[in-house]
Amino acid sequence: MAHAFTPGLTVTRQTAYRARRMLPIPGDVLVKVGDRVDARDVVARTEMPGDVTPLNLAKLLSLPPGDVRECMLVGEGEPIEAGQPLARTKGIFGLFKTEFKSKVSGTVESISRVTGQVMIRGESIKVETRAYLAGEVAEVIPREGVVIDAVVSLVQGIFGIGGETFGPIRMACADHEQELTEDLIHRDMAGAVMIGAGRVTASAIRRAVQVGVAALVTGGIDDQDLRDFLGYDLGVAITGTENVGLTLVITEGFGDIAMAQRTFQLFASREGADASVNGATQIRAGVMRPEIVIPIVDGAAASDQPAKSAGGYLEIGTPVRVIRDPYFGLIGDVVALPTEPQVLESGSKARVLEVQFESGLKVTIPRANVELIEG
Amino acid sequence: MTLDPEKIRVILATDCGSTTTKAILIQWVDGHYRQTHRGEAPTTVESPFADVTLGVINAVTEVGELAGRRLIDQGKIIRPASGDEGCDLYISTSSAGGGLQMVVAGVVREMTAASAKRAALGAGAIVMDVIASNDRRRPHEQIQRIRELRPDMILISGGTDGGTTTHVVQIAELIAPARPQPRFGGQYKMPIIYAGNKDAAPLVVETLKDVADVSVVDNLRPVLERENLGPARDKIHDMFLEHVMAHAPGYDKLMQWTDAPIMPTPGAVGNILNTIADLQGINAVGVDIGGATTDVFSVFDGTFNRTVSANLGMSYSISNVCSEATMPRILRWVHFDMDERELRNRVKNKMIRPTTIPQTIEALVFEQAVAREALRLAYEQHKQFATTLQGVQQQRSVGDTFSQTTGGETIVDNMKLDLLVASGGVLSHAPRMHQTAAMLIDAFEPEGFTRLAKDSIFMMPHLGVLAQVHPEAAMEVFDRDCLIYLGTCVAARGIGKPGKRCFSYRIEGGGLNQSGELAVGEVSLFPLAAHATARVTIEPARGFDVGAGSGRRVEREVHGGTVGLFLDARGRPLSLPESRQECRQTVTRWVEAMALYLQAETAS
Repeated sequence: MAHAFTPGLTVTRQTAYRARRMLPIPGDVLVKVGDRVDARDVVARTEMPGDVTPLNLAKLLSLPPGDVRECMLVGEGEPIEAGQPLARTKGIFGLFKTEFKSKVSGTVESISRVTGQVMIRGESIKVETRAYLAGEVAEVIPREGVVIDAVVSLVQGIFGIGGETFGPIRMACADHEQELTEDLIHRDMAGAVMIGAGRVTASAIRRAVQVGVAALVTGGIDDQDLRDFLGYDLGVAITGTENVGLTLVITEGFGDIAMAQRTFQLFASREGADASVNGATQIRAGVMRPEIVIPIVDGAAASDQPAKSAGGYLEIGTPVRVIRDPYFGLIGDVVALPTEPQVLESGSKARVLEVQFESGLKVTIPRANVELIEG
Repeated sequence: MTLDPEKIRVILATDCGSTTTKAILIQWVDGHYRQTHRGEAPTTVESPFADVTLGVINAVTEVGELAGRRLIDQGKIIRPASGDEGCDLYISTSSAGGGLQMVVAGVVREMTAASAKRAALGAGAIVMDVIASNDRRRPHEQIQRIRELRPDMILISGGTDGGTTTHVVQIAELIAPARPQPRFGGQYKMPIIYAGNKDAAPLVVETLKDVADVSVVDNLRPVLERENLGPARDKIHDMFLEHVMAHAPGYDKLMQWTDAPIMPTPGAVGNILNTIADLQGINAVGVDIGGATTDVFSVFDGTFNRTVSANLGMSYSISNVCSEATMPRILRWVHFDMDERELRNRVKNKMIRPTTIPQTIEALVFEQAVAREALRLAYEQHKQFATTLQGVQQQRSVGDTFSQTTGGETIVDNMKLDLLVASGGVLSHAPRMHQTAAMLIDAFEPEGFTRLAKDSIFMMPHLGVLAQVHPEAAMEVFDRDCLIYLGTCVAARGIGKPGKRCFSYRIEGGGLNQSGELAVGEVSLFPLAAHATARVTIEPARGFDVGAGSGRRVEREVHGGTVGLFLDARGRPLSLPESRQECRQTVTRWVEAMALYLQAETAS
């Protein structure tokens, strides 16, 4: 076999990008096909049913559940304000009546004869979906959302924290290996998508949050620093809902690792451009990686540049990155692809390849332990 | 479709996992059913393919090519078999798309809610949450939680038949305003199964009819003293097919292809383990450790239990294992020095790039150390779950005046365990089967006489479905091809001072004629080939028990395996020295005694 498929992350200067922006439940779509939208524009809106407060009036008023309905001062479907009397007992000979005042506002949704429980539905919660990136509305899915097309530069990270954010690209490091330290972060980076290079230090992250950086993108992070930043140890890589002051995207992995030169150069070439960042990561079936999307405002037509697959085929000469110890992070070219599985030092039998690093060192590595670095 | 078992000669079975679809071929060879070939292909349930049958066709095509048999014609499975073409029976299991995900609810967490959880787990589901009146959350928090989750279905139980209806209706009243949304979109109503007090059924249906598709089955706890999980489990399987599978990409087609209903993978594994334990009259434990989750199945005295430890796994969840077990506990299994900070980064890198494999012996030793702790934690959780029914009054005798409880003790008894079966990547693909056996012994700590085995190619799910339509073929393949016996572990329960006598032994037969003594803290491995048996006599010291009581002699016949016979005098519960240096030395001795890592000497 001359080549084998291997996964990789997309790093591409120009590609067609399609964003599907959907509401969690049906609502109103506010744009139409052909409209130009900006990243921050609201494209769809809906209202989620409000939170429910259950009140067991049978217990609260010491009534049999079946009598609750008769004592209600507000009927099913009617609005109620906080502090307003909700129910009143009949008392004895019209005396000794007990009243219950609602502690919440909303609408009485149901009154149960079986349990005496009354459900009060709070005010609806507004939900808005933003465009996420500047582009053109390509499709409207009635009541559900839109599809937005754009031509973009696209970088997928390996791991991220935090949700969607926006800002102009700002370079913080001089080259792709420089460690991202506190002193490289300045006040005027507030609101920016800041690009580092090598490992980011814990104090640098804290400084970035202080300054108000929208997103921080860099090559590596130490697990201990991530733990300190989050305040807990991340058990599974399902992220995106953290509220930690910024969105963090790691492009290479954990430890002292530099950003791939190609990725760094791509960011440098787009400095100043508006970017959309999403740190959400899900590493399970249907894997989702974090991404930095930089629309090319006057780019070529989308159809000219089809999006490239993240994976690809390994062939002699393909540049790869090793993604597991003992050569973790090293970059080299494939020089041989033996067909037969080989016994590794661990004793396992696996299909392997030979890689030659920039230093000239040639090693044998399981195919599962490399990824393509071409996007 | 009516099947004549006599005419079935070629059986094709697939298991559609989250990442890989595995196909096996079972054929009638020299008067017996044998598993002959296997193939696999990536699962295609996610976009851009979004059709599970594509992966099935790819896996089946591979099996066909290996077997020299054409199984697919114009994108369909050829049936019946004739000459070198087709198969007579096609069956499948599935855990693609995250498997079956459920929320269960009951009135009392330890009673009806626990029974509902058992029913759901037994049917092969992942239980996302258990809602109960006494789960310490306030009602609005429970409603909020139900709103956030998007399960495939909900199982409600509560109350004994003829008892009060109020509490279970109250549970339904929490679910109704939450308006739960099914996982595969809003095109259909959430399936809800009600298996509680039969008197409350009309009230529950009335409460939920506008927001869900409610089915009523027999109460799963008709009286406190008895569980009746069968009807609820069957209904879960029906609903799984009708609602979940029917809405998953390509499953409508796959369901038409199969000759038996598609089962959730863990449900099928439980089915075969239960069948085997029943037929052989043994107590068995099975474990399947995956990248994200670990499933433990047990059958003790005919009672089946299954648990899923949702975040204990070897790739996606490896970081969680390290976090729950703590790094020092993992490192106690590593017999050389490792930098903890560096290891933490390695663990996280494995989490974000889950498909990598250990290249060096150090990486392998560390991964197997993590596996021991993941298995240990999963088994702990299983023991806490597999209990006698809670809330049941028991007959008192003078002897148990001080130990009277109302149930809830674990039914898992390692001394009674006869067979321990391993499956899942880190156990099945360990370079040496010695390592698989050692991981099982260290994590599960079997006591007395326990046979160890591994599922050769993770065939148990296929056989679980096959057992429902062709039990004879399933049993025959299970016996001949499914399990690889690793050997037997003989271990003494008790603790003692290291170096003092734990037990004396005599082994006769199977090419062995040995006797001696093992001190506390020692373990020894004797070669005893697969299919060979030997007579083993153990005379434990006082305070140690190998099945007949403290200090009492036991003589039994043991079976060999690819690894052999382990005599384990390390004591139970197994404890390791606190000091890192002492622990390293101890583990190094064990590694050598069990011949675990042939190149380990260079690494250490």
